[in-house]
Amino acid sequence: MMELICPAGTPAALKSAIDAGADAIYCGFNDETNARNFPGLNFSRDELRKAIALAHGRGAKILVAINTFPRAAAVDIWHRAVDDAVSAGADALILADIGLMDYTARRHPNQRLHVSVQAAAANPDAIAFYAENFGARRVVLPRVLSVPEIAEITRESACETEVFVFGGLCVMAEGRCSLSSYATGKSPNMQGVCSPPSHVTYEQTAEGTKSSLGGFAINRFGTSEPAGYPTLCKGRFSTAQGAGYIFEDPVSLDATTLLRGLRDAGVTALKIEGRQRGRAYVESVVRHFRHALAALESGSETDIASLKPFTEGQASTLGAYRKTWR
Amino acid sequence: MNDPSAASSGPLPTIPPLVALAMRPLPLLPLQLALGAVLRGIHRRNPAIFDRLGAHARARFGIKPIDLPFAFVVEAKPPRLSVVRELPQGLDARISASLANLLALLEGRVDGDALMFSRELVVEGDVEAVLALRNAIDDAQLDLATELSSLFGPLGAPARRAFEAARGHVIGSSGQSEQFR
Repeated sequence: MMELICPAGTPAALKSAIDAGADAIYCGFNDETNARNFPGLNFSRDELRKAIALAHGRGAKILVAINTFPRAAAVDIWHRAVDDAVSAGADALILADIGLMDYTARRHPNQRLHVSVQAAAANPDAIAFYAENFGARRVVLPRVLSVPEIAEITRESACETEVFVFGGLCVMAEGRCSLSSYATGKSPNMQGVCSPPSHVTYEQTAEGTKSSLGGFAINRFGTSEPAGYPTLCKGRFSTAQGAGYIFEDPVSLDATTLLRGLRDAGVTALKIEGRQRGRAYVESVVRHFRHALAALESGSETDIASLKPFTEGQASTLGAYRKTWR
Repeated sequence: MNDPSAASSGPLPTIPPLVALAMRPLPLLPLQLALGAVLRGIHRRNPAIFDRLGAHARARFGIKPIDLPFAFVVEAKPPRLSVVRELPQGLDARISASLANLLALLEGRVDGDALMFSRELVVEGDVEAVLALRNAIDDAQLDLATELSSLFGPLGAPARRAFEAARGHVIGSSGQSEQFR
């Protein structure tokens, strides 16, 4: 059966994920070394050690995401994160930066490495580079590939493959997007925070709720219109061709209906996005996919509509898995 | 509550306007004293909340249940709670939702982002402070029946059962999560 990899932004969410049937939980330190560096979120060193003890006692694994790119003159912060995660007993480190992978492979040669989605390794040659040079054992594939492409890559790669099955989507330039940096001066890729909440404002107007990022108005939602995250990629803009979502719609990925295809493609693990989400999300989404995987094994039906309340914009998509634009 | 069963099959119920109207003349001081004691109890039992709040521990939050004729001003450090008819100016952030959704959020039974997406939760002011508060509370795993019944001394056990029953009517046994079991 494919592994279910689940998010946790807090120790309580981690416990919810284990209770709901996670095979592994990914989490990060409460600093800029991970790509969900939001206030009140993430783990102290002590919390991580306790989380690993809890997870191992329940037969689950802990994958530590150190998946931002070290800033020049501040690389020590990232090295310390690697050393501390290894010392705490992490089952794998999820890394994006080749310098950090090199450091980890040299300093901790027995530590299992996973290539983060932030590395955007989207072809067998790129994946082979990580496997051959740093001993990477798994690659989290960027969300730009169709299921047949995933099957092809998995067949040609020495690495295990892991793919996202639920949650927020980026503009398919993972690890390379600078939209939020442009508007706020803070980088998702180096400081771990896309649309930092310190730069987000919501204003109630007669027409509805106006959301802004770094002073740029990015959307206005009518009173009962479903909303999305306040990110520029999901902003609604006026152009010469009309007004609308010019980058992407505010929707969440939901690949529940594609599990059979992903299994047949040889995928090792399924990942749920959402370390910034609450316990209710983690518990419900993890349980949903645990049931879906059990149903896949037994050949029974799965309710495919039940996650809608958790989706951005109250809508879901199959994303690139079923490409319609080529 | 107009539809107690709704908690397990859709959006949480709201207080009917007539009931809210009947509550309008009620004195606020007894409620303020009781909830202030609950807040101090939460403060004592959950010091980790303040670690997660970090730089926002001294923020002043205005909490407005949209279906009640009063609102709350809450500060975490030191723990202070005021019950007011209208939220004052000068708050760091304002949070508005139905009472049931606010209670469910307090217990981590609903997902704050999902409530934002469905427009059942409105946030204004310092979004960073609100996010820190949401994450700190979600991690604390608060049980409001336990917190409220702690005010009742030797009658704590029956009070707890009464609060659990009331919670079942207001937010169901598990809020948003319950829909997917």
